[in-house]
Amino acid sequence: MAYLELNNVTKTYGTGENTTKVLDNINLHIEEGEFVAIVGFTGSGKTTLVNLINGLEKPTSGEVLFKGKPVEDTSHERGVIFQNYSLLPWLTVYQNVEMAVKEAFPKKPKKFIDQRIKEYVEMVSLSHAIHKRPKELSGGMRQRVSVARALSMDPEMIIMDEPLGALDALTRGNLQDEILNIWNKNKRTALLITNDVDEGIYMADRIIPLRPGPKATLGPEFKIDIERPRDKTALNDNASFKKTRNEIIEYLMEIGNERSSNSEIQYELPDIQPKDLRWEFKASK
Amino acid sequence: MKDSIIKGFRFIGLGFFEPLVRLIAGEDSRKNSTEVLKKIIAPIASILLFIGIWYSGSKSLFNTEANYKIEKVRKEQGDEEAAKMKACIESGDVSCQPNTLPSPSQVWASYKLLLKDHKIISADKDAFKQKTAAMNEKRVAQGKNPIVYTGRPSFVDQIKTSIKTVFAGFLLALLIATPIGIIIGLSETLRTSFNWLIQILKPVSPVVWLLLVFMIVKTLTKDSNGDTSFIISFISVGLCSMWATLVNTAMGVSSVDKDYINVAKVLKLGSLQKIFKVILPASLPLIFTGLRITLSVAWMVLIAIELLAQSPGLGSFVWEEFQNGANDSNSKIIVAMFVIGFIGFLLDRIMLTIQKFISFDKNEGI
Repeated sequence: MAYLELNNVTKTYGTGENTTKVLDNINLHIEEGEFVAIVGFTGSGKTTLVNLINGLEKPTSGEVLFKGKPVEDTSHERGVIFQNYSLLPWLTVYQNVEMAVKEAFPKKPKKFIDQRIKEYVEMVSLSHAIHKRPKELSGGMRQRVSVARALSMDPEMIIMDEPLGALDALTRGNLQDEILNIWNKNKRTALLITNDVDEGIYMADRIIPLRPGPKATLGPEFKIDIERPRDKTALNDNASFKKTRNEIIEYLMEIGNERSSNSEIQYELPDIQPKDLRWEFKASK
Repeated sequence: MKDSIIKGFRFIGLGFFEPLVRLIAGEDSRKNSTEVLKKIIAPIASILLFIGIWYSGSKSLFNTEANYKIEKVRKEQGDEEAAKMKACIESGDVSCQPNTLPSPSQVWASYKLLLKDHKIISADKDAFKQKTAAMNEKRVAQGKNPIVYTGRPSFVDQIKTSIKTVFAGFLLALLIATPIGIIIGLSETLRTSFNWLIQILKPVSPVVWLLLVFMIVKTLTKDSNGDTSFIISFISVGLCSMWATLVNTAMGVSSVDKDYINVAKVLKLGSLQKIFKVILPASLPLIFTGLRITLSVAWMVLIAIELLAQSPGLGSFVWEEFQNGANDSNSKIIVAMFVIGFIGFLLDRIMLTIQKFISFDKNEGI
């Protein structure tokens, strides 16, 4: 039995004629300690998939099992890093993290909570901004707070929904390393949803493409056999990296083309030419 | 020093003084002097323009009224009387002034007169207090009610009464509307079931509220000899003005960003924690917008309600002056108009400042 299991999961929205099947027949097995990345186009139902796993939504049919038990509700065991940070704007960095720590460790003394907050804020190197509000922080800093908040609850599994999508390349690289560090140090399980194939290869043990929705379903998995710790600069010359990357991109391109050729309606354009009004104006003068 | 002054001005919503402060501090004089021109000189010019139009308008109205009066006398009593009347009007005699829109200077004079009147009445009151102090002590010792001053209230006293009424009404609205708004906002069932009631009661005129409150309070206070007119007017003010807060609170609470709700779910906050730590702070900006509308509506309906409830405030002042028809009544009414407007503006500024202090949305209010 796998650590996290999705068996024949389907999710539909709407009723009657307006039903759209967002996810169709999703089967996913993640083992304990594994780092799995799901790669897909925007709008392919990635966020819905994440919400099913963390318990914010329930599948229409099929089952989501976490450690053998069906996921009914959200849980402290599964920490979520949201795509849009989702920090509470009226709280400072400290207070945002405090909210999570207090919930995760309700019986611990104040001193423990205070220390833990400071430790995690330090970990994402935001100690200098600990009493600032999200509005005063840059996008990368906000996402780091979001990371600190999710990890401070000490979850067994980290679920990341395009956590680095909106960040610049440098901040992105740094945060990737930070997340990998934490995952490695505490031997947690991680699920990363991303639209960046390189990011997936750099971070994950397995990459599974999500075929675009409606009726999104998972494609064949790609194993990444590059030894850890991986060196980002050397990665570009790694033969195995290049091969996997090409394979995945080829696969994604293929399903992308499939999608566009399926949905495209051919419109017949009328044969018209633009009229040159300038010329007419001059002539009439 | 300079920065803290600017910060202070901004905080109380008078940010337009910023360039003046910077100019005085000798900072970038060219840029700041154009800013001063734009933000301070231009508004002052518009005020002067307003007073100018008012002055010429009142002058032409005065002339029309005076000519009409003279012609009327000429027709009824002949040329001789008409000439007398003309002389009388020109001399500025109080007995024969035409009754029309007062000029700015007349209004200013009335304003000073009202303040003087206030000083006289206050002195009177103090004297009365001193005179009756000893006697009142005895009366209280004997278990009788002390003698209180029952003279005419001054203009300033009336302003105070009005502000007291508005605050009591506003507090009532706050205490009724916010909790109900939160409860209604949280539950869709309650929202749909009470929506009709809110939609029907919201547009009801202040006068009707007053009558309704009057019916109820009159019966409830049958035996007491307290200040019923105050009770009636503040309850009516509260009932008239609470709808904006009620609707805004319900809307704010029901439309909290889904991301925040998801955070609350993922962190597994309890329902009370969820309400007080996530939903309420998130809806504070909208609640405050509602409260600001409530306060301005309260101040607006107050005048009408006081006028009808005979509560001794600005509303009854205006009405009494109108009924009075004395020579300076019109200018006193205009003074009251400006005072009402100015206090309304101040109240809104106070609310805005409190909002900036409490709410996370630090955007400049409109």
